[in-house]
Amino acid sequence: MGSGERIEFDNKVVNWIDERLPLFTLMQKEYGVFPTPRNFNYFWNFGAIAMFMLIAMIVTGIFLAMNYTPHVDMAFDSVERIDRDVNWGWMLRDIHMNGASFFFIAVYVHIFRGMYYGSYKKPRELLWILGVVIFLLMMATAFMGYVLPWGQMSYWGATVITNLFSAIPFVGDSIVTLLWGGFAIDNPTLNRFFALHYLMPFVILAVVFLHVWALHICGSNNPSGIEPKGKQDTLPFHPYYTMKDTFGLLVFLVVFCVFVFYAPDYLGHPDNYKEANSLVTPAHIVPEWYFLPFYAILRAITFDIGIPFTDITIISAKLGGVISMFGSIGLLLILPWLDTHPIRSCRYRPKYKFFLLVFLVVFCMLGYVGSQSADAMFFGLPMTLVGILCTTYYYGFFLVIIPWLNNTEKGRDLPKSIHDAVLQAEREKA
Amino acid sequence: MIYKEKGTNSFSDYPSFNYEYCIKMTAGSKSQDGISLDHDDDGETRRDFLFLTAGSFGAVGAGIAVWPLVSSMNPAADTLALSTTEVDLSPIAKGQSITVMWQGKPVFVRHRTEKEVEEARAVNIADLSDKQDDVERVTKDKDEWLIVVGICTHLGCVPVGQKTSESKGDFGGWFCPCHGSHYDTSGRIRKGPAPKNLAVPPYEFLSDTLIKIG
Repeated sequence: MGSGERIEFDNKVVNWIDERLPLFTLMQKEYGVFPTPRNFNYFWNFGAIAMFMLIAMIVTGIFLAMNYTPHVDMAFDSVERIDRDVNWGWMLRDIHMNGASFFFIAVYVHIFRGMYYGSYKKPRELLWILGVVIFLLMMATAFMGYVLPWGQMSYWGATVITNLFSAIPFVGDSIVTLLWGGFAIDNPTLNRFFALHYLMPFVILAVVFLHVWALHICGSNNPSGIEPKGKQDTLPFHPYYTMKDTFGLLVFLVVFCVFVFYAPDYLGHPDNYKEANSLVTPAHIVPEWYFLPFYAILRAITFDIGIPFTDITIISAKLGGVISMFGSIGLLLILPWLDTHPIRSCRYRPKYKFFLLVFLVVFCMLGYVGSQSADAMFFGLPMTLVGILCTTYYYGFFLVIIPWLNNTEKGRDLPKSIHDAVLQAEREKA
Repeated sequence: MIYKEKGTNSFSDYPSFNYEYCIKMTAGSKSQDGISLDHDDDGETRRDFLFLTAGSFGAVGAGIAVWPLVSSMNPAADTLALSTTEVDLSPIAKGQSITVMWQGKPVFVRHRTEKEVEEARAVNIADLSDKQDDVERVTKDKDEWLIVVGICTHLGCVPVGQKTSESKGDFGGWFCPCHGSHYDTSGRIRKGPAPKNLAVPPYEFLSDTLIKIG
């Protein structure tokens, strides 16, 4: 860092600082003239949108923390006070609450963009892995944040999720006691969740920094999936993509504001406006919508896996569910090595595109299954069966379909360059 | 060794840290002063030994420093102090069930009817996924009293079935609404994802109508 070429600035003060700490050179190189593929579509807005949401969450979160009390007797009331009495408290809370949802929307689109255009492939494997790490950290942060209002869903969601760790053989129960700081979810749990919920966004910010750093080493992928070959293939980041990102962000924020100001509780659950009660489990515990597909995978495993014709159980249904759930995210981590097909973009891989779109449908279907109660029916089929079928496709897509396509899909002819691809698209339009 | 390239940071004409010298020193070859650091001829030096011991002491020290931090997350003394609960059984009529709190957890105290006890005893143990006889789950000669922790062994929800208006599941005991586990009149898992029977907490009868849990 800072050992490369420095840019001379006309402003003497700027130049004086830049000689000692080349911040301005860095910004100019990485966000000013940074060569960026010229053919981005609107899918490429979502990284910047996710970044904006992260900052918005940190800022609103800091001000909410000034009025929040992390104690079981006062937490619920302090959140109600924020909603009713604190100046603009309702708005801060609604932005923060819905911001979590919209942060996940941005990140889900961002991840799907990566899968559709093969952004995880060489040389962007580490960039992709850092992204999955951010996703995992976000899930942990969102989960702990949801516990803080100390409503019924907060309490019971926390109970179900922390109990996942009790599935770990031998040490599971001790780990759960360690997480709780007691023998049930109680004040010590709420306290530490608040402390960690405040810490984690800054950890995310640090990993985002690494993610962006890695991105700037190899440059962005693009819809054609072929690397820029020269100046004719790229545009300077500013003003072209600063403008495009800002435009996309504003459209996104319009939708966001509709939720914040007109339907702030639409994405939440009414049970969370009842204070936590350790004696009454709500009839139907559901996590926030962004966890539903993974929750469905967790519930899909309802059978023990053991040695046939004996009573010996190797993996209980509970441990099996937990392994499948974490495994489903683990698959994303190794995706760069599962998919070794030389063509990146779905534009030139019709077969992969078909199976990926089915995967998208199945993933949404898993979300639906996760939102339903365990004994519900789906067009005459038990929901658990739909869950296990979708889970099978999820795993099959990564472990069977993708490796099979590596060897069998020929793909379409790639254009010679991004420049050619753009011109060709223009000709087809005309 | 002076690092200077055209157009780099303008302070780069200051002499910088001499890496080569340091590498030579640690490699144990003759230093610039001509003093040999070699201990013997197999290439291992006192410096290697010092490096390893210092490193291991550092690692042990870091481990010791982390211990109190992790340990502080475990239940504190005041949490541990609340570890027993006494329950008066006299007001609980036959067929009735009450919930008491023990260590922050709900405990079901059920006064079973003869029919419920019979049902629990009639089960073929070999068919159960967590094989346990009803006799092992109650105190001798107190067959009508079933005392279990009211936490589903799947993911920790509180099963329903305590109130007469609630579903008792397919086996007349309890039903966990979260993921559909059914428990029988002995609190044993019969159907659904839960791996184990409802736990029996440690308890003793202080008299015929008084128990101490914990």
